Amino acid sequence: MTKGVHDIGGDPAGPIERAEHARTLFDQRVDAMLRLLAHPQKGYFTVDAMRRSIESLDPRDYHGLAYYERWVRAVRQLAIERGLVGAAALEQRMAAIAAAREGRS
Amino acid sequence: MSDHQHDHAHAHAHDHGDHAHPPHGEDAHAPVDDLDSYDPESLLMEQALRELLIEQGVFTAEDIQRQIDLTESRTPALGAQVVARAWVDPAFRAALLADARPALESAFGLDLANTPELTVLENTADLHHVVCCTLCSCYPRNILGIPPAWYKSREYRSRVVIEPRAVLREFGTELPAGREITVVDSTADMRYLVIPLRPAGTEGWDEERLAALVTRDSMVGVAQALAP
Repeated sequence: MTKGVHDIGGDPAGPIERAEHARTLFDQRVDAMLRLLAHPQKGYFTVDAMRRSIESLDPRDYHGLAYYERWVRAVRQLAIERGLVGAAALEQRMAAIAAAREGRS
Repeated sequence: MSDHQHDHAHAHAHDHGDHAHPPHGEDAHAPVDDLDSYDPESLLMEQALRELLIEQGVFTAEDIQRQIDLTESRTPALGAQVVARAWVDPAFRAALLADARPALESAFGLDLANTPELTVLENTADLHHVVCCTLCSCYPRNILGIPPAWYKSREYRSRVVIEPRAVLREFGTELPAGREITVVDSTADMRYLVIPLRPAGTEGWDEERLAALVTRDSMVGVAQALAP
């Protein structure tokens, strides 16, 4: 069986970086969205489904992106799978937000 | 649905904390807006998802803020109170070790109904516990808050299970050679909290004084409680 990208226990690795990064509003919102969606009484999806979604990220994304950047991609994937949002609607909305930001700057 | 006017209004309505909410001014956990290191795609994705899920009625902007507030309200200070109580109250300690969530709910008025199973592990003169999550970042968030960045790092996750003594040394923690170390690997369904050894020289101390010796790292097991 091939080892998953997340299965790193026992792998050799360097010193542990102990600097803390302050949480951004982006981090807090992604965290909150997951908590709300994975709340057992809401049942949109489980924490296990979230893990599966994170673990199936492209290895480049898994190791290259910040923690909550991985999470937002996993939430996106699950929200689409569960039919909560459409992939095309999400693309359109992202483009509209980008255009609005462009227009403001 | 993706009427542009509408999008724009939403972007504004939800971007600036549009309801009564205490300022985060002096809060050490206040969010910062230093987003330069993020992929712009991530930021667009977050906003678009949030807006669409609110529009679909999946949750409200208020739900998001309430969830953020709840998350920020849980800090290692709560864990330190729990440990201090366990040190002074044998009946609570026994209840905590036997079945942590009900013991915490009745002693600290917490609602842990929809939270993962929690096991409390007690360090002794012979046995030291260290907590990790090799596969992701599972952590007793309801008692200690958000995990520190190092806990989620590739380095900690990889190494602590094979060379815990070396990892502890990096945290400045040198345990007596004869003390056994058990590393527990958390899962989505099972979280762990360590009760560190009560430091010598604290006989007769009250809970509040004791709690000040209990650090986050000592409850994860990468450190011991502070010396008085």
